[in-house]
Amino acid sequence: MTGSVAMHMSDGLLNTTTSLLFVGVAVVGLAIAAARARNDLDDRTAPLAGLVAAFVFATQMLNFPVLPGVSGHLLGGALAAILVGPWVGALCVSIVLVVQALVFADGGVTALGANITNMALIGTAAGFAVATLLKRFATSKVGLVVVAFVAALLNTVIASLGFVLEFAIGGDPAFNLGGVTATVVGVHCLIGIGEGIITALTVGAVAAVRPDLVYLLRGTSRPLEVREGTTA
Amino acid sequence: MTSTKTRNLSFLLGFLLAALVLAGAVSYLADSNPDGLDHATLKGCEVVETADGEQLQGSCIAQNAKDHQLAGSPLADYAVGGGEGTTGLAGVIGVVLTVVVAGGLFWVLRRRPTK
Repeated sequence: MTGSVAMHMSDGLLNTTTSLLFVGVAVVGLAIAAARARNDLDDRTAPLAGLVAAFVFATQMLNFPVLPGVSGHLLGGALAAILVGPWVGALCVSIVLVVQALVFADGGVTALGANITNMALIGTAAGFAVATLLKRFATSKVGLVVVAFVAALLNTVIASLGFVLEFAIGGDPAFNLGGVTATVVGVHCLIGIGEGIITALTVGAVAAVRPDLVYLLRGTSRPLEVREGTTA
Repeated sequence: MTSTKTRNLSFLLGFLLAALVLAGAVSYLADSNPDGLDHATLKGCEVVETADGEQLQGSCIAQNAKDHQLAGSPLADYAVGGGEGTTGLAGVIGVVLTVVVAGGLFWVLRRRPTK
């Protein structure tokens, strides 16, 4: 429990049954994501998706202060989903979490299922759902950046509710669930602002040079160059 | 389509460079305080430095946390061999590892052009 650069749920916070339940949830979710991701991956987008995963890894190392003595870091679900789509995005964040748990001892090994469920599945789904709902505002550069900010903010808050759910099912009942919920969700509202800023800057930078590579902008009326191989 | 390929390659290299700079250099500026989740699990405890390392005094969820099974691995806690000041190198290794694993998986999964 010494200070480390990034930190996810450790082993032992949830009972073994609950940890294994969420390993099952993660495996099923990732299998569906992998099957659907194939449609969004081609010679052009596969290398970008690999780099999005690496970028999320790098950015998760950058804890920023949110309160005195409390930091936060990017989860990355909305960022990945806006750039490479929700299915590939969920795989990107999952690969980051697996590398962190198995190589950097960051996030417990049996807690990996719960961490993937929260950050890769719930966070990515929430971020993409919000971004899709707000897509009609993303017709200008400013609009896209604002949409990215809001999607990322809500991705963080909703992902933190995943922890609350898991703790309600299999956490130590000695601790008051209402108190835990208030602390976790409250601090993740603040972390979400940081997540929103980082996501907005990143999506804005990519869209400035290569709007054709931004998944969320596909099918919009902005003038795009002719793409090969889009008629499947 | 050479110009398109060059444009793609330079964009991808720029993106990789950004990730390497963030993990390799900007990571030294990261806030080392507990993150939001740790803050919540540490609530009710005080972290006390003892001869055996940090101990948690009081009553908090984090007391249930087990030590990581792989805490002795060479890159544990984003340090190379536990060395001080090696966060940047660990970060660069992590970026390269992630891009190889993720890029490899996505390349295998991708749709091939039907000819």
